[in-house]
Amino acid sequence: MDKIGGRRDKPGGVGKEAGMTAGGLVLLLEKLIGRMAACPSDDVLSRLEEMQKQETEENAAAIYGCMFKNLEISRSTGRPFCQDTGILHFYVKAGASFGLLGGLNEILVNAAQSASASVPLRPNAIMPFTDKNTGNNIGPCSPYIHWEITDGDAAEITVYMAGGGSSLPGFARVLTPSQGYGAIEDLVADTVRTAGVNSCPPLIVGVGIGPSMDIAAELSKKALLRDCGSKNPEANARAMEERLFERLNNMKLGPGGTGGSESVLAVNVEAAVHHPATLAMAVSFGCWATRKGILVIDGDGTAKVLSHSGFNAD
Amino acid sequence: MEYHLKTPITREEVLKLRSGDTVYISGTVITLRDDGHKRYTEEKERPGISLEGIPVYHCGPIMKRTAGGYEALSAGPTTSMRMEKYEADFIRRSGTTFIIGKGGMGPKTQEACVRYGAVHGIFPGGCAAVAASCIKETQQVIWEDLGMPEAMWVLRVEEFGPVLVNIDACGGDYMSAKMKEYKENDAKAQGKG
Repeated sequence: MDKIGGRRDKPGGVGKEAGMTAGGLVLLLEKLIGRMAACPSDDVLSRLEEMQKQETEENAAAIYGCMFKNLEISRSTGRPFCQDTGILHFYVKAGASFGLLGGLNEILVNAAQSASASVPLRPNAIMPFTDKNTGNNIGPCSPYIHWEITDGDAAEITVYMAGGGSSLPGFARVLTPSQGYGAIEDLVADTVRTAGVNSCPPLIVGVGIGPSMDIAAELSKKALLRDCGSKNPEANARAMEERLFERLNNMKLGPGGTGGSESVLAVNVEAAVHHPATLAMAVSFGCWATRKGILVIDGDGTAKVLSHSGFNAD
Repeated sequence: MEYHLKTPITREEVLKLRSGDTVYISGTVITLRDDGHKRYTEEKERPGISLEGIPVYHCGPIMKRTAGGYEALSAGPTTSMRMEKYEADFIRRSGTTFIIGKGGMGPKTQEACVRYGAVHGIFPGGCAAVAASCIKETQQVIWEDLGMPEAMWVLRVEEFGPVLVNIDACGGDYMSAKMKEYKENDAKAQGKG
């Protein structure tokens, strides 16, 4: 395991012996991004395997076959299983005493830039207004970094590759409370039904609820990144997840959106308070091979990847 | 039905295809997305190669520079609907007979497919490693100034597929029928609820 934080008095070198430097964390993130591009996270993979086993339609079964063949080629070659390696997002939950906190922004940008060259990732950052590709995935808000500062000295970094197909049907609206939670479910269902086929089903559907559009949208992404098999601990949110899961699967979009027995890998709902006058909702989609990586760096400096079993963080 | 076609794909061959058929393609395929379609149809620039019977693949691949040129590492389909604005005009002017992408397309493309004898097919979304394994050679890159995803990559493919015929040249539209079905499925379930 890599050591982060300790023994920084000893200069030079990266790795166990010398303690991890900023450069060491860049390398670790670069390696994780490479793995994410070639292999979905464990939770997504196991739910996909379950859906493949349950598929009864012949055409849909053939598409699942193609998906797993695709993943097998990527596993053996290390090449990205989807050419759209997206816009890189980093969701950082860092303790205020985390040793590398001060330089973390630079570490994340460097990791995005070096992974773009080494994996390689497709250059996807297009400058606003001039519409010129920056060529290295770096630009204003790219990579996108979301900060959450907590107590303690550990850090959790969730990496997400947001592809265009998944991002395109994103939807948000501010409702009045009298329109109610049923209206939120109808909007989610309509978005999945009319635009979901372009996001490479079976989908992960993240729903956010809050007082304004931005908060709902942020929560919809948080919901999307939750574990595929997880349930919201709050009973009403969980009930909405279950209702939507059943409703969306009943549409039978199938793998690739060309028809099948089911539609979604998961429906996750995250809710904040809302204002007496507003009930905002947003929905974010993840594709059948949603690329998410979770790296935890403990206070004692141990680095561990939670999303991909068998990942060697050394 | 399953078909194995060689490019250039003629109108006669395309007229045999029906929505729901599966096709594997060998020969030359070009990639083209939003900006390339715009350049061809609105800005009226020409790539300098004949596209008569050459399949147009909605794809922005990851290409790696090699000693001899470029290698396609990852090359899955992108959302075809984004090209709806340009596709009918593109089919009319280029003489292509086969459009490939993911998801459905709209009524203008559907009408152009019937009028000019062309089809739209769907490659399984996200299966970019499978697609890349069918690409044997990068023959040329045109309009490279548009950037890696948007450039026109001229590729030699073998048994490129499976491609599901979505819009055929006889009025069939697989995804439109499916979209109707999904709506009915939801309405039925909600009615029962």
